[in-house]
Amino acid sequence: MIGVLSYLIFFLILALTLGVAVLGLNLQWGFTGLFNAGVAGFLAVGGYAMAMLTGPSRAAVFGGFELPFVVGLLGAMIASGLAAIVIGLLTIRLRHEYLAVATFGIAVTIQLVCVNWEPVTGGTLGLIGIPNPTKAMVEGSLAQNAIYLAIVLIVTAIAYTGLQRLVQGPWGRTLKAIREDETAAASLGKNPVRIRLEAFVLGCMLMGLSGALYVGFIGYVSPFDFLPIVTFQIWTMLIVGGSANNRGALLGALIVWGVWTMSGFFIARVVPPEWQAQSGAIQAVLIGLILVIVLLFRPRGLIGEEIHVSRHARSAPADARPEAP
Amino acid sequence: MSAHLLEATGIVAGYRPDLPILHGIALYVDEGEVVTIIGPNGAGKSTFVKAVAGLVGITAGRVTIDGRDVTGRPAHRLAGEGVGFVPQTGNVFTTLTIQENLVVGGSALPRAEAVRRTDQVLSIYPALASRRSEKAGVLSGGQRQMLAIARALLTQPRLIMLDEPTAGLSPMAAAELFTLIRDLVKDGAGVLMVEQNAKAALRMSDRGYVLAEGENRIDGRAADLLANPEIGEIFLGVRPGTAKAEGG
Amino acid sequence: MFLQHLVDGILSGAIIALGAIGLSFTMKILRFANFSHSELLTWGAYFAVVFFAMAGVFGNPFAAPIAPFSFGWPLLVALVFSAVSTSVLALVLHRLVYRRLSRTAGHMTMVFASFGVALLLRNFVLLIFGADPIYYSTALQFAIRLPGGIRVMPDQVFLLGLTVVIVIALHLFMTRSRTGISMRAVSENPDLARVSGVNTDTIIAWVWVIGASGAAIAGVLYGLTVQLRPELGFALILPLFAAAILGGTGSLYGAVIGGLVVGISENLSVMVIPSTYKPAVPFLLILAVLYFRPEGLFGERNT
Repeated sequence: MIGVLSYLIFFLILALTLGVAVLGLNLQWGFTGLFNAGVAGFLAVGGYAMAMLTGPSRAAVFGGFELPFVVGLLGAMIASGLAAIVIGLLTIRLRHEYLAVATFGIAVTIQLVCVNWEPVTGGTLGLIGIPNPTKAMVEGSLAQNAIYLAIVLIVTAIAYTGLQRLVQGPWGRTLKAIREDETAAASLGKNPVRIRLEAFVLGCMLMGLSGALYVGFIGYVSPFDFLPIVTFQIWTMLIVGGSANNRGALLGALIVWGVWTMSGFFIARVVPPEWQAQSGAIQAVLIGLILVIVLLFRPRGLIGEEIHVSRHARSAPADARPEAP
Repeated sequence: MSAHLLEATGIVAGYRPDLPILHGIALYVDEGEVVTIIGPNGAGKSTFVKAVAGLVGITAGRVTIDGRDVTGRPAHRLAGEGVGFVPQTGNVFTTLTIQENLVVGGSALPRAEAVRRTDQVLSIYPALASRRSEKAGVLSGGQRQMLAIARALLTQPRLIMLDEPTAGLSPMAAAELFTLIRDLVKDGAGVLMVEQNAKAALRMSDRGYVLAEGENRIDGRAADLLANPEIGEIFLGVRPGTAKAEGG
Repeated sequence: MFLQHLVDGILSGAIIALGAIGLSFTMKILRFANFSHSELLTWGAYFAVVFFAMAGVFGNPFAAPIAPFSFGWPLLVALVFSAVSTSVLALVLHRLVYRRLSRTAGHMTMVFASFGVALLLRNFVLLIFGADPIYYSTALQFAIRLPGGIRVMPDQVFLLGLTVVIVIALHLFMTRSRTGISMRAVSENPDLARVSGVNTDTIIAWVWVIGASGAAIAGVLYGLTVQLRPELGFALILPLFAAAILGGTGSLYGAVIGGLVVGISENLSVMVIPSTYKPAVPFLLILAVLYFRPEGLFGERNT
């Protein structure tokens, strides 16, 4: 019973941590129509910022300021936000598929920097010994994880309610207006580029926060935690849950992370040892299948956008629609 | 009673099935006729010809060519069934040579036939023949329109539809084009065109239709329409409530 | 050193070019950025492995090599086998996924789907062939020395020659055959092509066949010079996109020149930046092009 409970807590911590990144992606894609294919890169920026700010000081590596956990979270958001501003200024005007290619390239580049900039990132070894704040509070891993889950829940709740307020307020309405018809929104005196940039940066800050929560929990950071598969997972979470719906984003995170961990668990039991090396491949195939099948048969996800007609849901995309006569 | 060359009844169509632009248009074209559709902006004139050409989905209604039901056929098959269409914008392939434009125009024909027809069409338009290996993008507006019509004529269509053929042309080029269009119907084809230049177009047409807000308003002989004072009102944007009686 | 890097760049650029032609055409004609295209290179390379496993029928291409190459004529058969198999794979994917989505959803949905398809294709290779690298042949080959101290492998000369032949053949196809001309017409203006009688479904099938064949041949040629890994294609995503975007989507020569520029830049970059950062070079090229000339260097702006 305790085993199940502790596993459930462990599962929820990771699922909700990724859920924060899905919320960020939902702001970018679901509400603004920005295709960010470099999610893993922004998670990495947040994760490394956390490690640098809160980690122990080391002779060989820059950073290790041993600052409090909360400072680490805020620093991670600032770092990924700054990265997003630079990248956003370069790419925000691009058409959808070019933005996808460019942001995909950003994630690859960030990954390269993580692997190769050893004096700061620790290279392939990564950075270890990142303190988990709950260790200082209570004894026993169950209690520690329970407290960490509480932290993650609070962060998720703040992110969720904050986003809900934003997207239902005037700023959110402008976002949707831009997503549906940029020219019309611009003619109403809105600056679409600026507002898209704001949404991009805010979304990336949530991804950085997610990366920081992840690193703070597992206690180390390495470049291999932010492989492109993470981007695919987070996208699949959003598509499965239903984009432009924040509840859908969180639901998708829980479901897809559930499928991922359960399939890993199942493969470890069922698949013969000589095939264990390929277990990751089976999990990846599952994610790929889920993504394609949901797109084909339930393109709006489990709970799609409420009320408004979404460009993603209807038959013809706005930019492919012929001009009205 | 012999069938009309083109007969469209109760056409409901639009770019999205849930947002129709046309609400039940009826129209016919007979052999040897030039028929013009006029109407204010947003009346659905272009949408109608695109729907007949197979570019816009028809959700209700029926289209026949010589009595054959062709409703909902894909555009490339209609091209082989005697429907030629010259769109308003992007009427030629600018990155292809004149010769290549005509090769594409003959897609619905067997290869040998297409080559023969290309030579035939080029002999009718010597201005194009001499520049056959130049990119169509270098042509002037009038020359492009000529190439577009030549391309559409390659399959010897029974019905030729033109969407605002004189848009952007000088008055002289427009007059020349109208003469050319008049010639098209001499051997039994029919022409259906959409025109902003209502007066000039009606003057060279046999019959005309006035559309507004996706519905038929007035139709009749071109000369009668020219003399009809209500037409001016429709162009000034009379709301449907007042014009409903004649329309529908 | 400069000349050697330049030659190496041209050689890797030729492979990128072959792979990018199909990507460029899909971006233009099917109107979506296909993140699964580079996986077709992987599948092409491994289809040749399958062929060599069945090589009893044709003889082992590496057992009786035609000097100075490392392989014999059955490699040419393997190239054809791989191109045909990869084309069939691409057409099946089109039928099952992309065609459906192009009718029911927007083109961004197709980009997501291509993410999923890429994940499936890559991991199926991993499941079928394992993660260990595979070599077509482990025989050693001696480099040819050219003036200026440049060294090239005979197989690399073959690779370059075959690329030139394929590009010329494609050029003739695109300018002389009715199908090729129609393909360019659809690329510029699909609606006008349709009303002219062009069946766009047929043209799209041709785009997949050409793209998949080019990718398959690029994959096999790549396999001749390096080891095969399931991530072979994945590592080429950015170089392929860079080549297609640099050249302007839909342009045959754009993709070829784009491929060469990417290959040469990657190889020359090691003279100024640490070679570990080489994979970022295509990304920087993409950013630079999109920023300064979004239609690509050779893209044709429709008028």
